[in-house]
Formats: sequence, C-alpha cells, structure tokens
Amino acid sequence: MIEDVAAKVNADTALVRRGRYVSLDFLVGIGDTDYIVAVREGRVMSVGKRRLPLESVSFAIRAGRDVWTEHWKPMPKRDRHDLFNMVSAGLATLDGDLLPFMQNLQYFKDVLASPRAAAGEA
Amino acid sequence: MPDFEPITGRYFTMTVAGEAVRIYVEEAGSGVPLVCLHTAGSDGRQFRHLMCDPAITDHYRVIAFDMPWHGKSNPPAGWENREYQLTTESYKEMVIAFCQAMELDKPVVMGCSMGGRIVLHLALERPDDFRAVIALEGADRLEPYYETEWLHRPDIHGGMVSAAFVSGQVAPQSPDEYRHETLWHYMQGGPGIFKGDLYFYWIDGHFDDRSAQIDTGRCPVYLLSGEYDCSCTPERTEATASRIKGSKAVIMEGMGHFPMSENPALFREHILPVLDEIRA
Repeated sequence: MIEDVAAKVNADTALVRRGRYVSLDFLVGIGDTDYIVAVREGRVMSVGKRRLPLESVSFAIRAGRDVWTEHWKPMPKRDRHDLFNMVSAGLATLDGDLLPFMQNLQYFKDVLASPRAAAGEA
Repeated sequence: MPDFEPITGRYFTMTVAGEAVRIYVEEAGSGVPLVCLHTAGSDGRQFRHLMCDPAITDHYRVIAFDMPWHGKSNPPAGWENREYQLTTESYKEMVIAFCQAMELDKPVVMGCSMGGRIVLHLALERPDDFRAVIALEGADRLEPYYETEWLHRPDIHGGMVSAAFVSGQVAPQSPDEYRHETLWHYMQGGPGIFKGDLYFYWIDGHFDDRSAQIDTGRCPVYLLSGEYDCSCTPERTEATASRIKGSKAVIMEGMGHFPMSENPALFREHILPVLDEIRA
C-alpha cells in the first residue's frame, strides 16, 4: 500500500499545498523492507524500495508490517491510528534529522496515513 | 436580533501568586457551580457545548475560564522577560483564587488532561471546598514521551506543531468539524504555553504517591477517559482509580483526549449520568 502514497497525496490539493515547502527524501521502513519517498514542493515524485545501502535520506520512520497494515485500515485500533501514538507506544521509530519532519509534522502524518481506505472501502 | 447562544463572557482581574492577571471567563446556566478547566495549551472554548446544553445548564452554572497566558486571559505584566512554566503549586493556587474571586459555594470542578490531574490534588488538599471532582482524561502519573523543546523554537511554527502534536489524541471516530475546531484552539496558543503547561503535566504534577490518601467520602472523584487517549490511557486511568478508593472510572469507547470538544454528542452520554449523580 505504500506504493499508493504518490497517487493519494498528489490527488489531494490541500495536502500538497500544506507541504509546499517540503522538498526532501525520507525513508519508510515496513518490516525489513525500506522504501524511499521523494517529495518535491509537497508532491510525491516517487516511492520505491531502497536500492543501495548508501542511498541517503533526511529521516527514517520504521514500524512493523502489521502496524502499518492496521494504520491503513479505515478505523485503526488505538496506538496504531496515528504516527506519534505509534512512536509513544513503542511500535514505530523516528531517526535522522527531525527538524524538517517537525516543521511539517501534520503534513508527514497525513502523507503516511494517505493509503488509509475510506470507511466502506476494502 | 441574532440567535445568541446562552454563553456570556466577562473579564475581571484576580491575584495569583502575588501578581494581578486579567482573566476571561464564560458561563451559562444556573444551579450548582461547575468549574471547567481546559487542557494544556488550549482555552475555555473547549467547554462551549456543555454551556449550550439545557440538560446541563438547567441544573448547573457552567463556568470556564481561560488560565493566565491562555485564550483571552492576559499573562502577568512583565511576561516578555520570563519563560512560562506551570507548576503544581501555581496551578492549585490559581483554581482556588478563581473560585474564591467568583464566590462559589462548594463548586464541582471538572478538568481535562492536566486539568484532570489538578482536580485530584484539590480533592486531596481541599476536600471540603468542592462538592465533587471530575477528572476527564486525568491520571495521577504520566511519563513524558516526547521532547517538548520542539514546541517552542523560532524555526518551527509553534501553533502548527502543537496542533499536530495532539492531533492523534483525537479519536478517529470523532466528527471532522469538531476535530479541527479542537486543533484550531491549539494553533492559537501563545508561544511556549503548551510546552510550559506540559511541565506540570509530565514532570511536576506526579501524584501517584498521594492519590490513595484522597477521601472520596468527603469529596467524590469521577474519572472519565477516552479509549484512544494515548497519554492518559484507559490503563493509566484504571490504575489511578484503583489507588483512589471509592472513585468511579468510566472508559469512553471511540473517544480521544478531548471529549467535551472533539465529540460533544458522545460525551454528553457519559457526563450527564455523572452530573445527575452528583446533584442527587
């Protein structure tokens, strides 16, 4: 579902506008697999598996596959419904340069929640 | 004439810790005084729905004030040269000073989050001054889980980051309109105020070593917490209730950390029976 992020974010004009000062690459770890999300002026340009160990990113957000799967359900359970709550519950980690992340905290929360299915969808 | 809400707002100046502060207070209804204490970094607007509910205001005089430094209340003169930091002592003194200034006779005091913590201190130390205390999202101890320095620095918008900090504390079931109104209050907080409140909430206000001393026979204690609250979790609420003998705890399913403002319709289902019991 992480592959859905580009289409979901770019179709959301309000979200792209809120992220208009964001241009960076960040890492999303889903279980043992690392993905790199490339953002330019709020638009997600690409989402792909990390190809080489030295590919650099600004920061990394990691959680287990089951945690992300629950996060993307229409009505996630407590501690899996919000990125910060996942971190405070010990279910996710944040590393790297957190300044751009905190400067745009709600944007990144919403980007990462964007694959979430609306109620009534699968 | 417009269809005015029943809420009226006024200002007065009271003394807290030897300093004069101009306070903004709203109220509606008549009957038993019900003093409402807002969450860290927000203001008294969180309680507007209670003040517009005749099922409550027919029996209670609902009163919500903005703490000094919050909402439409001023900081004390000279604020520009100091860092705001809420302590247990200053918080208790403020609530007591407010009740005395308003000449309230044995009010019920209901606080949310950090307000839910301070009411437990009041139940222990001033049991005969309050008819009952209601702790919304209130526990006697919390461990800090974020670095609060992020909330007050010039390269991050304090209002935006404070709202984003707490956005996950609103339950996913809560209506979007009220979710974003709750967050709007956070976006309007003064610089460093949310951070200064969290000093009390996360560091200075621990109470688990004394909560067992509360005499609920003199001052009844009610604890109501939301399922999706990840700071005052259901588990922490129940642990607090187990230490306060005679207290009553309710876990509100599908609710987050801001029950009165994030989902007023669901909250009234839980708070009305409590208020009815208190005045019975």
